[in-house]
Amino acid sequence: MVRRAALRHPARSGLLVLSVAVGVAAVIVLASLGEGARRYIGDEFASLGTHLVLVLPGRAETAGGIPGMIGGQTPRDLTIADATALRRSSAVREVAPVAVGEALVLHGGRSRQSAIFGTSADLLPLRHWKMAQGRFLAPGDLERAAAECVIGARVQRELFGSEPALGGWLRVGDRRFRVVGVLATEGRSIGIDVQDLVIVPVAAAMQLLNSSSLFRIMVGAPSRESMERAKRDVEAILVARHQGERDVTVITQDAVLKTFDRILRAVTLAIAGIGGVSLVVAGVLITNVMLVAVSQRTAEIGLLVALGATRGRILGLFLGEAGALALVGALAGLAVGIASNLGLEQALPQLDLTPPLWVLAAGPAVALGTGLLAGAAPARRAAALDPVVALRGS
Amino acid sequence: MIELRGIERHFHVGDQEVHALDGVDLAIGAGDYVSVMGPSGSGKSTLLNVLGLLDRPTGGRYRLEGRDITTLDEQDQARTRRERIGFVFQAFHLVQYLTAAENVELPLVLGGMAVVERRARVTAALEELGLTARAAHRPEELSGGPRQRVAIARATVTHPAILLADEPTGNLDRRSTADVMGRLERLWRAGLTLIVVTHDPEIGDRARRRVRMVDGRVASDESNPAAGDPSPGIDPAAPFPA
Ligand SMILES: Nc1ncnc2c1ncn2[C@@H]1O[C@H](COP(=O)(O)OP(=O)(O)O)[C@@H](O)[C@H]1O
Ligand SMILES: [Mg+2]
Repeated sequence: MVRRAALRHPARSGLLVLSVAVGVAAVIVLASLGEGARRYIGDEFASLGTHLVLVLPGRAETAGGIPGMIGGQTPRDLTIADATALRRSSAVREVAPVAVGEALVLHGGRSRQSAIFGTSADLLPLRHWKMAQGRFLAPGDLERAAAECVIGARVQRELFGSEPALGGWLRVGDRRFRVVGVLATEGRSIGIDVQDLVIVPVAAAMQLLNSSSLFRIMVGAPSRESMERAKRDVEAILVARHQGERDVTVITQDAVLKTFDRILRAVTLAIAGIGGVSLVVAGVLITNVMLVAVSQRTAEIGLLVALGATRGRILGLFLGEAGALALVGALAGLAVGIASNLGLEQALPQLDLTPPLWVLAAGPAVALGTGLLAGAAPARRAAALDPVVALRGS
Repeated sequence: MIELRGIERHFHVGDQEVHALDGVDLAIGAGDYVSVMGPSGSGKSTLLNVLGLLDRPTGGRYRLEGRDITTLDEQDQARTRRERIGFVFQAFHLVQYLTAAENVELPLVLGGMAVVERRARVTAALEELGLTARAAHRPEELSGGPRQRVAIARATVTHPAILLADEPTGNLDRRSTADVMGRLERLWRAGLTLIVVTHDPEIGDRARRRVRMVDGRVASDESNPAAGDPSPGIDPAAPFPA
């Protein structure tokens, strides 16, 4: 009742609660999206296998960066002979050169545009892919362009239908490949749906796609401990083969993961900060609403003093109001934020959008702090009012 | 009960100093009925505000019920205002959003009184001022007379010792004026110390004691033989309690 006497601005209070709620909800949703993306990418990398060393053509400008995305001049080619040479190191267990491209794939009267993935037998253990039928590419000389291929489930469905795929022939460009296996694995790899792949020996792929350089070489180390040695060996072998020039980038999966992690964490913080801006706006609004309340209700504040309210009581009244409005807004924002997350999870099932705990705690805490901070100046002004002047004012 | 010695209240307006109160000596006994008259700007409201602890004198000494007010801290002053003093203003100063009953309840809420006791007090105060039927009305639904009666109920619901009224009938017509003054005097007869600021001689003459202010000083201070009966048990001629 005392509160009602001194305050009361339904429209403005509603707006204020709304702005705090929007701020808190935005922080929660945005931060959860960022965290979800970070976790998703982390999991993707983990599924690559743990002891992976990547070799990419070109030199990364900054340590830990992603090469090929930066830099101007075309790097020296990474060749199949380079990949073969890596087998010399005892710290290297698997070597899977990778060439990628797209081509029209035909069988019988049917055809489809498919991703062509040139690689070696070692890719299967490196990627932990599973076969549905048949076998993977045969091991052996990387330079040999055997006329065999492994296809993804969708390629099989669309080109073969109910016809058995194993032993069938595919035509790609001017070459023919016998289907020796069908992949069971679903999901994506370097941005390509595995079900859409046509996997051929790397030498065949290079000729088909008419490319002179590998996309990358995936190297598997026998253990986590040997990864650093594998990296050093790979670097030494390639530098020696490239006339002493360090013109490739060798990164461990850990380093890539850390880079992504860092970038995504920064992005998460940035978008949470954007959400925080709406909290600042809410704070400005709180100050404004309170100042208007103080100046419009001057006489009533004076009256309360005349009726025996202490200055502390008046101060508490306004601070309490600011805090309460901010709290209501924060709780509403929390509810809306969590609800939106559940909705988003339906739409993006591959992302885990459980909001990080720090956001659940920090969002409302910042909102409450903002409320009290924003309410402090108006509250002090109200408490400092001279009751005589205040009462005469109306 | 009230003792003012050399009370001064100076305001700085620009580089001018206004002496709203300029050495006021005044003693008012418990149960007294005093009217304060004088030209506009003579310091009547300022005197009342100092008496009600809404304003601090810049000089002089003020003793209320034996205590030196100037030594009290803000908390104690607020409590004294809440428990010992009631205010009635010319402009009523009712809270628009609250009903008559809630307006009356306000000082009790500030005092932290328990709900049950509060309701009983409010009911009694409303009945005393003939407002029982208007308890649920908002101020805007009431005319001037009843509004001021709500304000009087609010000022007396805490059972104060002193009621300070600054031009309580300034916004009222003749009939309401008679009604409100009658109510105030009934409370006085029940034992309340009543101090009324007015510029209406007809009202001023009803008081048992008439103080006249000019330029921040007490120009005259006389008892009024024509005034009505004092409250029972209080002798108007008796000296003020120490
Ligand atoms: N807050 C104030 N600031 C400056 N001057 C004031 C203030 N309050 C009162 N005064 C001045 O003090 C004098 C007495 O005012 P007041 O007590 O209101 O007179 P009255 O009630 O007798 O009309 C006036 O000259 C008035 O202008
Ligand atoms: Mg006045």
